[in-house]
Amino acid sequence: MFNYILYGLAGFSLVISFSKDRIKTKMALKKAWKSFENILPQFLAILIIIGIALAILSPETITNLLGTQSGIWGILGAGIIGSVTLIPGFVAFPLAAALLKSGAGYMQITAFVSTLMMVGVVTLPIEIKTFGKQATIIRNVSAFVFSLIAALLIGVVL
Amino acid sequence: MKVILKRYRLVFLLLFINVVIAIAMPEIGLNAFSLTKQNLIEMMLVIPPIFILLGLLDVWVDRETMMKYTGRNSGYKGIFIAFLLGSAAAGPLYAAFPIASIMLKKGSSIFNVFIFIGAWSTTKIPMLTFEAANLGIPFTLTRLTLSIIGILIIAFTTEKALNPEQQKQVYDLNYSEEAI
Repeated sequence: MFNYILYGLAGFSLVISFSKDRIKTKMALKKAWKSFENILPQFLAILIIIGIALAILSPETITNLLGTQSGIWGILGAGIIGSVTLIPGFVAFPLAAALLKSGAGYMQITAFVSTLMMVGVVTLPIEIKTFGKQATIIRNVSAFVFSLIAALLIGVVL
Repeated sequence: MKVILKRYRLVFLLLFINVVIAIAMPEIGLNAFSLTKQNLIEMMLVIPPIFILLGLLDVWVDRETMMKYTGRNSGYKGIFIAFLLGSAAAGPLYAAFPIASIMLKKGSSIFNVFIFIGAWSTTKIPMLTFEAANLGIPFTLTRLTLSIIGILIIAFTTEKALNPEQQKQVYDLNYSEEAI
């Protein structure tokens, strides 16, 4: 169902864009292909890693580490992993979905996904160049704290 | 051919490791292969329309003119536009910093720039569709609601935590930098 909406939306946008400006539309398609080809190696690699990891790690192990009963420590651990790793969302969401299927808790996955997107330990140097030390540290710390709160709230809602 | 080998060397290495596992422990190795195949098929079905949308957004959203509307006195409109600007974007967060830098240089308010950064990191439209495909619509909508509140709080906190002198330093940092 979701896929049909997505294909419909993309097709519709493409037709409108093409009727307005052929050259721009061609450029858009080129950019689309380029950005896809750009992440493909990383994407395939992570899919294989997910496959191997899930074949080795039993659902029980994942449940112990990131399951619902892993509680605050599981959330905190997932938050720290999310902060220090640099994986694009196209890779992170399938990973998160796979972990959920294997027994991870929603709170822990939220902490992971949220810090992954908002907190960037690896990219701190680039960020400091733009915003200075003070603003960068405040932004990252408040984003980390927010992610933990969001995780707890998701646990209440879902 | 050589370039392809180099770019995909990690993929080949991992495939090789998987084959070794399959020989040593057939059950785990074959299970890993079938898990990878399953995930790959699922992903390849979702990906084409997302990347087409991403390319169209990139071509049609003109960044230069939008920046005019996110200055200090832009009010609610500025916040809204900063959200849109970040949400329509594509690419990892570190790609947003150069754009944030240009925004600062052209006089966007610090608050709006951090709204933009927040939106870029979590409410990107192509990313949201992908999140919904993987983690479900209830999860995505709940997280989106929380994120919008969080982005506002984080931007507010960051701006308020800087005194006028420090705010000026942030602007200076981006004025002096010619090569963006």
